[in-house]
Amino acid sequence: MVQVNISGIMRKTEDSPTVFEVEAKNIRQLLVNLEKHYPEMKPHLDKGVAVSVDGTIYRDNWFQSIQPDSEVYLVPRLAGG
Amino acid sequence: MSGTHVSTTINGDAVEYVCDVEETLLDVLRNRLGLTGAKEGCSTGDCGACSVTVDGRLTCSCLMLAVEAEGHEIGTIEGVANGSELHPIQQKILDHAALQCGVCTPGVVVAVKALLEKNPDPTETEVRYWLAGNLCRCTGYDKIIRAVMDAASEMRGS
Amino acid sequence: MTHSSDFNAEKASNLKVIGTRPARPDGVDKVTGRARFGADMNLPGQLVGRILRSPHPHAIIKSIDTSAAEALDGVKAVVTRDDFAENPDNHAVLCNVMAREKALYEGHTVAAVAASTATIARKALKLINVDYEPLPHVTDVDAAMQPDAPVLHDTIFTSGVDPVPTIPSNIVARCEFGHGDVEAGFAKADIIVERELKTAATHQGYIEPHACVASVSTDGMSELWCCTQGHFDDRKICAALLGIDVSRLRVTASEIGGGFGGKTTVFIEPVALALSRKAGRPVKIVMSREEVFKASGPTASTSMRVKIGVTNDGRMTACDGEFRLQGGAFEGSPFDSAAMTAFACYDLENVKSVAFDVVVNRPKGAAYRAPGAPMSVYGVESVVDEVALKIGMDPIEFRLKNAVRDGSQSSYGPKFGPNGLVETLEAAKAHPQYKTPLGPNQGRGIASGFWFNYGGETCSNLNINADGTVTLAVGTPDIGGSRASMCMMAAEELGIPYDSVRATVVDTGALGFNEGSYGSRVTYASGLAIINAAQQAITEMCKRASMMWDIPADAVTWEDGYAKPSGANAGEFEPMSLAEIAAIAANTGGPIAGHREHNADSAGISFGTHIVDTEVDPETGRVDVLRYTVIQDAGKAIHPDYVEGQFQGGAVQGIGWALNEEYIYGDDGKLQNAGFLDYRVPVASDLPMIDTVIVEVPNPGHPYGVRGVGETGIVPPLAAVANSVSAAAGVRLSELPMSPPRVLKAMDDAKQAAE
Ligand code: FES
Ligand code: FES
Repeated sequence: MVQVNISGIMRKTEDSPTVFEVEAKNIRQLLVNLEKHYPEMKPHLDKGVAVSVDGTIYRDNWFQSIQPDSEVYLVPRLAGG
Repeated sequence: MSGTHVSTTINGDAVEYVCDVEETLLDVLRNRLGLTGAKEGCSTGDCGACSVTVDGRLTCSCLMLAVEAEGHEIGTIEGVANGSELHPIQQKILDHAALQCGVCTPGVVVAVKALLEKNPDPTETEVRYWLAGNLCRCTGYDKIIRAVMDAASEMRGS
Repeated sequence: MTHSSDFNAEKASNLKVIGTRPARPDGVDKVTGRARFGADMNLPGQLVGRILRSPHPHAIIKSIDTSAAEALDGVKAVVTRDDFAENPDNHAVLCNVMAREKALYEGHTVAAVAASTATIARKALKLINVDYEPLPHVTDVDAAMQPDAPVLHDTIFTSGVDPVPTIPSNIVARCEFGHGDVEAGFAKADIIVERELKTAATHQGYIEPHACVASVSTDGMSELWCCTQGHFDDRKICAALLGIDVSRLRVTASEIGGGFGGKTTVFIEPVALALSRKAGRPVKIVMSREEVFKASGPTASTSMRVKIGVTNDGRMTACDGEFRLQGGAFEGSPFDSAAMTAFACYDLENVKSVAFDVVVNRPKGAAYRAPGAPMSVYGVESVVDEVALKIGMDPIEFRLKNAVRDGSQSSYGPKFGPNGLVETLEAAKAHPQYKTPLGPNQGRGIASGFWFNYGGETCSNLNINADGTVTLAVGTPDIGGSRASMCMMAAEELGIPYDSVRATVVDTGALGFNEGSYGSRVTYASGLAIINAAQQAITEMCKRASMMWDIPADAVTWEDGYAKPSGANAGEFEPMSLAEIAAIAANTGGPIAGHREHNADSAGISFGTHIVDTEVDPETGRVDVLRYTVIQDAGKAIHPDYVEGQFQGGAVQGIGWALNEEYIYGDDGKLQNAGFLDYRVPVASDLPMIDTVIVEVPNPGHPYGVRGVGETGIVPPLAAVANSVSAAAGVRLSELPMSPPRVLKAMDDAKQAAE
C-alpha cells in the first residue's frame, strides 16, 4: 500500500482526511486506484494533477515507479513563466 | 490617396520614397524601405527601440513624421557597422553578453554611438542618464553599462 | 540504476567548454539589426489586421453589426465571435481571444478586420456597430470576493470547499497546503507578528509587442509566424480554436523580444488565422503598446495575511498565510504556486498556507516569472524581517536557523533534496555589501526566495555535418542566449570546439512537440536532450570507426573528439576525429545524427537570497537603490554571463514591482496608465550595478548538476527592497509599489503618531 498525501484544492475542510492509501506500483496505477476507491476525487484527477514521488514532481510520467515506502503527494500541475 | 514625395539620405545613400503625411519615419523605415532594425516598442517616445540619428542627433523615429526627413541625413542601426566590421560598441555588447532577447539592442547601439561621438569619455552616471530613454527589460542594464564603458575606453585608445 | 541524467561528479569536475563565456551564435544579427523579430516579417499580398476592443470593463454584447465595415473599400474580412466555434476544452482561451456573450474587461477583443492598409483598417473598426449593455464591474481582488460584488461568470461555484456553494461567485477556488498544527505552534511562540499586505498587478513589460503573420491557404494548409515562448503550444491551441489539423498548421517562432511568461499563450494569433482564412490572404497583426497593457496577460494583484510565531531564540514555531489573487476575468491566477512557495524557504513543524483564485474585470493574466511566488514571498519575508528585528536577531542568522536543507519537509509537502538555500545565505553573510556601512536615511534589506523549476516535454536533434561541424535543431525559442548554451553542451559532449556547433530554433514541422521556453526549463530540458543526442551520435560514430578498424563497436571509446580503440586494441589504430568519421559517413552507413525525446522531470529546485541597500529621501519619499546583490543556486552555470543576466534581469523587474510598477484602475474600471510613461519600468539611471554570486550546489538529476535559473531571481526582490526601505524610512509599508507618495505618507503618518 502506498500512502498518498493530498493538498491544495483537494483539501476541502479543516478536518477532511489528507492521507489516502492505495495499491500502486506506478503513477498510472495510483491514479486509477485513487479514482476507483475515492470517486469524489475524480473531478480533480480529471482536471489534472501532478504527482510528487520522493521529492520529484512528475506531471505526466505514468510509468514512474512507486515503492511502498515512497513519499507521495498529489500537487497542482505547475509550469512557470 | 496622394502621397508625399520625400528625398533624403539614409546611412549615406540617397533614398526617395512616397509616404502618407501621417506616417512616421519609423513606419516608412520598417514598412516601406525594409529597414526593420529599428523596432517599435511603444510609438510614444518612451522606449528608445526606434532610435535613429537625424543629422547626427539621436531621435525617436516613432515621434518624427516621415515627411520631415526631407533633405536630412538619417542614420539607422543598419548603417552602424562598417561593412562586415562591427562598430566597437556592437563588439563590446557581444563580448559582455549585454543582451538577452536583443530587441532593445539596435536602439541601444544607435544611442551609444551618438553619445560617444559627443562625449568620448562619459562617466557611468552620464551613460546611465543618456540611456534612460532606452528601455531594456531583460538585462537590468548592468552588462550594457559595462559594455559601453569598455567600448568608450577602447575607442579612446586607452 | 543510474540514468544518463543522473549527476556525474567526475564529469562535472572535468568540464572544458561548460563554464566559459563564448559569444552567442545569434549575437551579430542582434547587434546589427538583422535579426527578425515578430513584427519584422512580411508576406506578399499581406493585409493589415486590426482589433476592435471593448471600451467597457463589463458588458453584455447584445449584437455586432459589421455590414458597414465589410462594405468599405479595401476591407477584405471581418471576424467576430460568430467565426469561432464553441470549444469546451479551451473555453477560457477562446473567450479571451474573442469575446462571446460578454465583454469582461476594457480592451477585450470584440471584432477584428483585415484591410489593404492600416488607414482603411482603422476606419473599418469605427464602422463596426456593437450594441453593449454595460454591467457593474469590479477590478479589486478584495472587493470581488465580497458577497455583493458583481459576478463575472454565473458558472463559477467555488471549488476546494465543502459543501460546494449553491450560488455563483468570483471566487474560483480555494487551496490549502501545510502540515502540523499552527494553533499549537503559535501557543509555543514568544512573539507573534500578523500583517495584512497588498501588491499591485504588474506587467512583464517585454519591449516587443505581440506580433504575428498568418497565412491560411485555400486547401487549409496554414502558416503562422509569431513572437512566442512556445510555438508548439501555439500550434496546439490555434489548431484547436480554428478546427485545423495540427499537421496542417506550421508555426515558426520569430526572434522574441522578451516574454517572461507573457508570451506563453495566444492573443492575436488565432484572430489573424481566422482573418486570413476568411480573406484568403496573409494577415499581419501587431499590437500597440496600449493594447499590450490592456489586452495581453499581466500578472495578479494580491492581498494577503501573514502570521508568524517565533521563540526568543529565533526558532519559527508556526506560520500561517492567506493569499488572495485575482487572475483577471478568467480562472487561473497563480494562487496555488503562491501558496506553495510562500513559506518554502523554511523548515517548519507547523505551517498552513491558504490561497484563493479570484476573477475580476481585468485582462486574463498570463504567467510572469515564477508566477505567484514574488507576491506571497513578499508577504512572508516582510514578516520574517519584522520578527527577526523584534527578537534582535540578524536577518541572515535568523534565516539560517530556520532554513530548509537536504531532507527538510517542504511547506507544501514533499521532502526537499539537496539544495543551495543555506549556501546562498552563507554567501550573503560573507559578501562585502553586507558589511558596507550605511549612512543616514539608508537601509539594508535581505530576503530569500524559492522556485520549483520545470522540465517537461522536449525533443532536440543533433546532426553531424560532412565537414565535421555540427548543427542542432532545438524546439524552444531562444529568449536569453540559449543557443549559446546548447552549442556549449554539444561541444562539451562531442569534444569539439564551440565554434564548430551551431543551433537553430526550428519550426513545428521539424521536430516533435516541445513545450515552450518557460518554467526555467530550456537549459535544463532542451540542454539535456542535446547532451543525450550527442551521446547517441557518439555511439554511432564509435560504431563507424569500429567498422573501419574491423573491431567490435564496444571496443571503441570516445575521447576529446576522437574515436579511439580501447581494451585489447588500444593503440592499435590511429584515433579518428569527428571530422574524419563525418567525411566518410556516406560510405559507412549514411548521415550521422543523434536525437532525444523526453519528458524531463528532474529540473532541480532553486533558492536565492538578495541583499539591497536603499536610501529614502525624507522630503519626497523617493527611494534610490544604492547597492544590490543577487545570490542564487544555479546548480551548474553553463554560460555564466547569461546566468548572471537572468539574475540581474529578474532582480530589476522585482525592483520595478517593489517601487514603481502598478496597474492603476479608475472607478470606471478602465486602466489609467497603459503606456511606458505612466507605467514606469526601471530605466538605466534608476539603478546601480547589480552584483551577482553564482552558487553551485549540483542538481542530482542532471549530469553536470544544472538547475533552472530563469525565474527565482524575481522572487526575493520585492521583499528585499521592502525590508530595505522600511529600515531606511523607519516605517514599514504594507503595500506595493512603494511609490514616493506612499513612502512619504507612511513617514508622515509615523511622525504624527509619534508626536
Ligand atoms: S517606439 Fe519609439 S520610443 Fe518606443
Ligand atoms: S535584451 Fe531584451 S529588452 Fe534588452
